[in-house]
Amino acid sequence: MTPELVAARAGLSRGWIEFRQTLTTPGDLASIVFMTGGFLVAMIWTRHTTLPGTHFSLGTTMLASVLGLNIATYGIIRTGDLIVIEREDGTLLRAKAVPNGMLGYLIGKVVNISAQIVFAVAITLLIGAFLFAGLAIGSPGRWLTLVWVLVLGLLATLPLGAMLGSLFTSTRSAGGPMLLLLAGLAAISGIFYPITHLPVFLQWIGQVFPLYWLGLGMRSALLPHSLAAVEIGHSWRHLATFGVLAAWSVAGLVLAPVVLRRMARRESGSAVAARHEKVMRGV
Amino acid sequence: MDDVLAVRDLRMRYGKTDVLDGVSFAARHGEVLALLGPNGAGKTTTIEILEGFRMRSAGEVSVLATDPAHGGEAWRARTGVVLQSWRDHGKWQVRELLAHLGRYYAPYSTASITRPWDPDDLLETVGLTAHARKRVRHLSGGQRRRLDVAIGIVGRPELLFLDEPTAGFDPEARRDFHDVVHRLTDLEQTTILLTTHDLDEAERLADRILVLAGGTIIADGSADELARTMSGQSEVRWSRDGQRFVHAADDATAFVRELFRQYGESIEDLEVRRATLEDTYMALVRQAEHGARPKLTVVAA
Repeated sequence: MTPELVAARAGLSRGWIEFRQTLTTPGDLASIVFMTGGFLVAMIWTRHTTLPGTHFSLGTTMLASVLGLNIATYGIIRTGDLIVIEREDGTLLRAKAVPNGMLGYLIGKVVNISAQIVFAVAITLLIGAFLFAGLAIGSPGRWLTLVWVLVLGLLATLPLGAMLGSLFTSTRSAGGPMLLLLAGLAAISGIFYPITHLPVFLQWIGQVFPLYWLGLGMRSALLPHSLAAVEIGHSWRHLATFGVLAAWSVAGLVLAPVVLRRMARRESGSAVAARHEKVMRGV
Repeated sequence: MDDVLAVRDLRMRYGKTDVLDGVSFAARHGEVLALLGPNGAGKTTTIEILEGFRMRSAGEVSVLATDPAHGGEAWRARTGVVLQSWRDHGKWQVRELLAHLGRYYAPYSTASITRPWDPDDLLETVGLTAHARKRVRHLSGGQRRRLDVAIGIVGRPELLFLDEPTAGFDPEARRDFHDVVHRLTDLEQTTILLTTHDLDEAERLADRILVLAGGTIIADGSADELARTMSGQSEVRWSRDGQRFVHAADDATAFVRELFRQYGESIEDLEVRRATLEDTYMALVRQAEHGARPKLTVVAA
């Protein structure tokens, strides 16, 4: 086996170990439970409100959209957060000190985050299926749609999160702006309310980013076909969904290694120590 | 080339400050080298350049016959790094982490070196067997440090870097750590470069001590050699015409007699005292730090 292959396999088990740690560390598990729970509460709240122009539950629509939001939240925020934290605590430098350690580190991160996303999507879907009427799940074609949107969503968001994580230098400076960014994006991406009710220029901005398409893709997988009528163009637009998400994926996969390599090159023991000192001083 | 480590005229400049101003030294296979110097002398900068984590401004550096600025993964596999402070992998179990990080080294085994170190043997060597299943963040400071060393050597490095390995240790943890390093050098013939600002530690661990101050190596030799050349003598200090002098003399009496015969009344502030290695070190450092060369002249014996 080549050293790179050995490192890649080590990375796979690294990701699995990290995911297991997430599930067995109370703080980490709580953050997943709270987020999932929070969204569920919002859905239950709007269960009896109808989607404008239909008799369909807004809560059920939101359930589908939130699965898309889950992908973006974990893929971008969680990935970015972890990279900032692990630069600060020296995990990244450790990876640099080990042969092919960066490769193993990145593969581990992808596996860990992907597992967390699948986990969050699965529990949201499981609980949602019991609580909400009208989900159109069951046919293989719909599951297939869910899977390709999920996979493409991972590819589109993970590199983005990794790049954002490389740009911020401390946990303090990273969390707020990244969360604000996503909240703003969610507001114009039709996650909580149909995008067609927004001014047209906001609709256009929303459609540039992957979040809108993740929500749309998930709605197309889980909601009755008739609901395509309330979407832009009265269609689920699978081709466009695939195209936009694929474009983000390609851009991310091309740019992220460059950005990550630049960031990693600057890591050294004194850089880690200086950052730590800054945190300790409360700057 | 026999040297595991060879540095010639290494320079590092940040903005307008020269942190390293022509550092040269070498290490042979199996040697333990201590880079000794006050805080801010450039020890960490030097070791980071050798580790390949920092680019140098100028000079020639060869680590395991490779320029660390261009060292690939195969080169990386032959080195081990222990930094001043690690706080990583807190959620991992001790043995799990050692076994995981060891995997990356397996393809780099050679006929004479089997990589990685077996995690259980390694835990035994650093005295962490009892904590194998503990999460890393629940280790005490001394235990954590021993784990750091274990991670540093899990790939059986031919060259190990230790940056201020015992900073912030209590005396017991320090002694434990020294035991681990001794075991390592006895068993493995690992070449070690460590930095410290503690002379006592350098004496205890190192075959050879390099004193780094003011951006250059101001002394290079075994603790014995340094003691013999510098402290077997007495230190004579005096001033003449407002200029201060210090001289290390084998026969202080004869030296002072000669001094008075030559300069008589103009000799002032005369002081004679038997210097310890520590005195000499402190004097060298103070001189280099304050750039006090015009006032204090070390006259070679």
